[in-house]
Amino acid sequence: MTYFTKALFLVAALGLAACNNPDRYGAGGADGMGAGAGSGGYGSGITTGGLGDPSDPRSQAYFQQTVGDRVFFAVDQSTLSDEARGTLSGQAQWLAANPGYALVMEGHADEQGTREYNIALGSRRANAARDYLVSQGVSPSRILRTVSYGKERPVEVCSSEACYAKNRRAVTVLSLGAGS
Amino acid sequence: MTLTRVMTPLCVLAAAAALALPVATATAQAAPLRIEITEGVIEPLPFAVPGFIAETGAAAEAAANITRLIAQDLSGTGLFREIPASAHIGRVTSFDAPIQYPDWRAINAQALVTGSVGVAGGGRLVVKFRLFDVFSGQQMGEGLQFVGTTANWRRMAHKVADAVYARITGETGYFDSRIVFVSESGPKNDRRKRLAVADYDGANQSYLTDSSTIVIAPRFSPQGDRIVFTSFGTGSARIHVMDTATGRERVLADAPGTTTFSPRFAPNGRTVVFSQEQGGNTDIYAMDIGGGTATRLTSAPSIETSPSYSPDGGQIAFESDRSGTPQIYVMPASGGEPRRISNGRGRYGTPVWSPRGDLIAFTKQLDGRFHIGVMRTDGSEERLLTASFLDEGPTWAPNGRVIMFTRETAGEGGEAGLFTVDITGRNAPRQVPVQGAASDPAWSPLLP
Repeated sequence: MTYFTKALFLVAALGLAACNNPDRYGAGGADGMGAGAGSGGYGSGITTGGLGDPSDPRSQAYFQQTVGDRVFFAVDQSTLSDEARGTLSGQAQWLAANPGYALVMEGHADEQGTREYNIALGSRRANAARDYLVSQGVSPSRILRTVSYGKERPVEVCSSEACYAKNRRAVTVLSLGAGS
Repeated sequence: MTLTRVMTPLCVLAAAAALALPVATATAQAAPLRIEITEGVIEPLPFAVPGFIAETGAAAEAAANITRLIAQDLSGTGLFREIPASAHIGRVTSFDAPIQYPDWRAINAQALVTGSVGVAGGGRLVVKFRLFDVFSGQQMGEGLQFVGTTANWRRMAHKVADAVYARITGETGYFDSRIVFVSESGPKNDRRKRLAVADYDGANQSYLTDSSTIVIAPRFSPQGDRIVFTSFGTGSARIHVMDTATGRERVLADAPGTTTFSPRFAPNGRTVVFSQEQGGNTDIYAMDIGGGTATRLTSAPSIETSPSYSPDGGQIAFESDRSGTPQIYVMPASGGEPRRISNGRGRYGTPVWSPRGDLIAFTKQLDGRFHIGVMRTDGSEERLLTASFLDEGPTWAPNGRVIMFTRETAGEGGEAGLFTVDITGRNAPRQVPVQGAASDPAWSPLLP
């Protein structure tokens, strides 16, 4: 004899209706992204001296803005696009002309993907960029290390593909006084 | 035969001898009061908790607070519904007075919790309670008494609620437990992250680290005495281990040229399984908490991360993109051929084995939305429990009935919070009221 009743309600998987948000994956890819936009913050770089005059081809500012200090990736990918290879080749030429600099290669992911997977994905991206620099003649000894920040250090904060595309990046962070 | 541990701040003693037991008849013509949690759907069980009797004026505030917290714990499960005091007909004026069952039947209270709070020497509180099955007119189990410091009043209330939950559901509770998580502050592109701990309900929050570096994904040891987490304090991701009693912290895995992250304890409390990255490739390793050489468990050019042991320690579930997209795999704990268990559409990650061993919780991304879900350990019977812009990182309550996870809102002002959902999916996710933004929760075992 039961003294409390059990009313039955069929519960559909919670809140699954109306979940589609096609914006999240958008067109994807790095195509069309300006590799040298360089207007984002540099929250995760190592501290260096003055950036110098961007019109001076030997300055870090020139490296960041004209050569382009970062390359971009498609969703979940670490493959370098033709545009990314072009940017990295330019970086290798600049590094050859400016032997006083060493670098740290940072890898980043957008906020899609789980936190730990994105740490691994950022490492892949940093290493893909690093390996390409080496293939273009940059001495491995000048690449101090690679570091992945996963999705912990976005430069763009909107939650749409336009921002995600800028966050899926590998950034070459210069440091003075090594590699001479 | 009482069990007393005077050295601990909180001790439990079965009070069968000390408390006058009401007459227990053996004529159980009524079915026992019981909730079967596994049933997909039930009506919450109505219960009454008349204010615990304050045995002295000094105990009045604690008695009121403890009563309120017991009701809050039970109602928060979605399995129970409190009948408010304003609807009560009967009054309980003394802890040992006979229960007037008709008064409680009249308001359809199925379960009745009575109690008292007294003050013992040294400013300690003595909390007693009894549970009654109103319609069969019987006490359920023996009365219990908890003795602890005034500062521990919340824990004593949680212990009462755990006992009530256990007697009615037949399963252990989860209220007297803690969570470790990442407390977040600052703008999205310069987020400050520090380790914090709190009670399961967000109370008693304190911090374990400062904001000088990024920390992510802390996890308790099975005994609750250690926390492993990933810190960027040395410049790259590195696994750290902290002793919860002393706050002492050290780097666990730091082989040169590697990044280490995604740590989780084995059930033995000695082994830590984790991801190690070298040259851009991430695989799964295990090592002893004391340090030493890491044992490699996977060897693939793909990403292998977020490992989680089965409760018997025999298997490890993990996330891998070897198929081209992140999916969930299971392998023997010593390594060996993994088998893929996730088979639906979408990308799967962060598998976490239930403490009961029956289910694996996971994060799923599908069509631009995130979900927390559960599946059987062979991948069958997948059920999604939540849906939002960004839900991730499930952690199990000690009894395997509730999952806590991170939910983050979209955009520039997006903020992360901790939410719980019960695995029936019956109740909408509820936010855990911790201070400030928070992410990456991990549940402790039930406290002793």
